[in-house]
Amino acid sequence: MSLQHYLVISAILFTLGIFAVLTRKNAISILMGIELILNSCNLNFAAFSRFVVPPENVDGLIIPNIDGQVIAIFGIVLAAAEAAVFLAIILAIYREFGSIRPDEVDTLKG
Amino acid sequence: MEFTLKTFIFYGFALITIASALAVVTVRNIVHAAFALMVTLFGVAGLYVFLQADFLAATQVIVYVGGILVLILFGVMMTSGRLEMRIHIERGQLLLGGGISLALLMLLLTVIANTPKWENLTDDGTAFEPTTKRIGELILNEKFLLPFEVASVLLLVALIGAALISRKEVRD
Repeated sequence: MSLQHYLVISAILFTLGIFAVLTRKNAISILMGIELILNSCNLNFAAFSRFVVPPENVDGLIIPNIDGQVIAIFGIVLAAAEAAVFLAIILAIYREFGSIRPDEVDTLKG
Repeated sequence: MEFTLKTFIFYGFALITIASALAVVTVRNIVHAAFALMVTLFGVAGLYVFLQADFLAATQVIVYVGGILVLILFGVMMTSGRLEMRIHIERGQLLLGGGISLALLMLLLTVIANTPKWENLTDDGTAFEPTTKRIGELILNEKFLLPFEVASVLLLVALIGAALISRKEVRD
């Protein structure tokens, strides 16, 4: 397995997420697309940290550098916070408009 | 590359991930899409294991599958009546979005294939070491201490914000 295997998988996940965001007419489906995008991003972080970053020297020990994995964990934290706020907004919109289709929520449209 | 059991399992995980992600964006029933998303998240966790990121894989399963996916399913249950379970898609938007996505995929694949620095970086097969200890040191003792604190504040803000936005408005 080379780095490019992971990059190709990640690129496909990213593209599918973009496709979902562009074409879906349901806010929750759009959230799923965003989750796919965030997952592809985290996969890239982990893959680059495994293959590209050289090992580091800590107290005389040569250990693999896992900064990318830590950043991927922060990415998961961000995704969790984002999903919570997203669904709260969806619930508020559903209560106000009775629908979660983004093109029906157009009060601010001129 | 020799075709061992490991590569076989790797391609299995890759196939599961991509196929279920395709199902997430094409299936018409939103509950089915949510369960396909679960399979995708498990597949990505498997790929993390291949990258020797054991803690990351466990976090992925616990937070995504155990937390975010349940949240998404709750969102589906609370906002979709029987009629809205099906996702409406317009034909023109489908073509346009598909074209843009396909062009983006081609661009990304071209970049991946033509970057000389990324070629021939194969798995050196170093021994599997638990990453948990090192991640703990990095987060609590070394360069990621400040981001860790900022993330905790962010989670608090998101918690309060979500509770504030989603509660029923009380007029008095």
